[in-house]
Amino acid sequence: MDVKSIQFQTNPVALFWREHQIGSLLYRLIIYGLLIGLSLLFLFPFFWMILSALKPEYQIYMWPPKWIPDPIQWSNFKDVFTHPYLPFATFVKNTMILEVGMITGRLLSCTLVAYGFARLNAPGKDILFGIVLATLMIPNAVLLIPRFILYSELGWINTFKPLIVPAWFGEAYAIFLMRQFFRTIPKELEESAVVDGANTLQIIFRIIVPLSLPVLTVIAILSFKDIWNDFMGPLLYLNEQSKLTVSVGLAYLNGQFDTQMNLLMAASVTLMMPTLILFFIAQRAFVQGITMTGLKG
Amino acid sequence: MTATASIAPPKPFWTARRRETLTFYLVIAPWLIGFVLFTVGPVAYSLYISFTDWNMLRDPAWVGLDNYRTLLKDPDIGHSLWVTTKYTIVSVPLRLVVALFLAILLNEATMLVGFFRTAFYLPGVVASVAVAVLWQWLLNPRFGPFNKMLAVFGITGPRWFNDPDWALWGLVIMSTWNVGGEMLIFLAGLKGIPGILYEAAEIDGANRLQRFIRITLPMLSPTIFFNLVMSVIGSFQTFDGAFVISTARAGDLGSPLKSTLFYMLYLYKSAFTWLKMGYAAAMAWLLFLVIVTITFLINRWSRRWVFYGS
Repeated sequence: MDVKSIQFQTNPVALFWREHQIGSLLYRLIIYGLLIGLSLLFLFPFFWMILSALKPEYQIYMWPPKWIPDPIQWSNFKDVFTHPYLPFATFVKNTMILEVGMITGRLLSCTLVAYGFARLNAPGKDILFGIVLATLMIPNAVLLIPRFILYSELGWINTFKPLIVPAWFGEAYAIFLMRQFFRTIPKELEESAVVDGANTLQIIFRIIVPLSLPVLTVIAILSFKDIWNDFMGPLLYLNEQSKLTVSVGLAYLNGQFDTQMNLLMAASVTLMMPTLILFFIAQRAFVQGITMTGLKG
Repeated sequence: MTATASIAPPKPFWTARRRETLTFYLVIAPWLIGFVLFTVGPVAYSLYISFTDWNMLRDPAWVGLDNYRTLLKDPDIGHSLWVTTKYTIVSVPLRLVVALFLAILLNEATMLVGFFRTAFYLPGVVASVAVAVLWQWLLNPRFGPFNKMLAVFGITGPRWFNDPDWALWGLVIMSTWNVGGEMLIFLAGLKGIPGILYEAAEIDGANRLQRFIRITLPMLSPTIFFNLVMSVIGSFQTFDGAFVISTARAGDLGSPLKSTLFYMLYLYKSAFTWLKMGYAAAMAWLLFLVIVTITFLINRWSRRWVFYGS
């Protein structure tokens, strides 16, 4: 530092700037300004959707927009749930059947498989685990057509079986997450159970499962979201209108020539709400799921 | 012990090791059976039917390489690949820049971080079909708030999903709303950069921009690479949003004028509208090849810019 620059810093404006940390204040102001502006921008579509879903039809076309629907038309939701040929009440029921069938199957099968990979030793184990991870890389497109053919040969089209049955045979991502978690459980707990004469199934369900509730919850929650939001699976395998899920039901409603926009928005809210509510209840599970995906890569 | 080994009784067949091996295979049996039944079988079968002409009504007829030859001549294959590539080239960099920008903002903030993070991540939680229906309404040419806002500035907004020149860009805007996953991964990456690097740079007199270019970007490059590869793979399989928006109001798949005919939409149409199963299977293998090639190329290219320090 030479004499010149020291002189420069005695400039009163620069001194004031420095002393009151105007630069960093300004920086923080910009950061928070952007955060507030952008978060409102990102939330606006949700706001617009809910607003449109509660309006009578003529009001959704008004400009400047009517910020408070008058009257608040809850009957839009009733109309969607009891729609003559696309009844969303049935779709919600169907989707819940899938949720229960698939989540149960996935948790049970993945617990068993993950325990094997976490704890037991056998020739071929490492190769098999490599294959588990490799299956995560197979693009869905390649499996789409042959699986459809397989299920139609089995007579499963237009039933829930093509969606539920495979869930009982493990899922690579869940197996991976559970295995990672099981490996953190101290082995001594199992060893004492073995001394007491417990078999493998008893060890899994009496010792491992109760200790693994956090990871099981994360998987159940992420599965719920994926099953609820899935579009392509139900679109391919379910044709009859009484069998559709909420996602496909909304796509069909959107495909109708004469659907009212306010009803379409009410149906969209119906499709979005469960995962949104779940997210607010269990935000940590979602964030963990994402960042674990990141670690995997 | 060693002295008596010769007169010890013969070892039982079920040694502890053998029993453990058996238990292992019994326990992983669900996955192993499912893997053979729902993955290996279908993959092999898919390869076979890609060499046949089959509409699921008659028996498959072996046609050799005909499907693959047709692929090369079919103008809609080239077109749908181009639509998909165009979308990928624009949307992936845009999404990554937005996600990184949001992550940096969140990383700099100390107050209300949870609220902001939730706001940015929320679109990623909801169903793709609902997102598509909602954006169709937001980008409605006459009544959507987007064009109404443009009108305030005297700009006549485009007709978005009704205009073949604009429909794809509407989908790009829609996809930019949904970058929460990438943002969280970037945020985790940013948190992993040691603060001491920034402190050292600050002492050396580096300003914010220099610190970003010389420290943040190189330290984050493995995360950028990961997000880039995953986004490109996902982007080449785009289906849900384009399906829902193009079929709105009884529209044709990929409408208007095939401007949103993504590769997966064309594959779906070939298989489930025209029942050309053999042809669609060949299409799937072509897509697989394209994805593998692009991933390989990005991987090669990444050696020039991904920094694996320490």
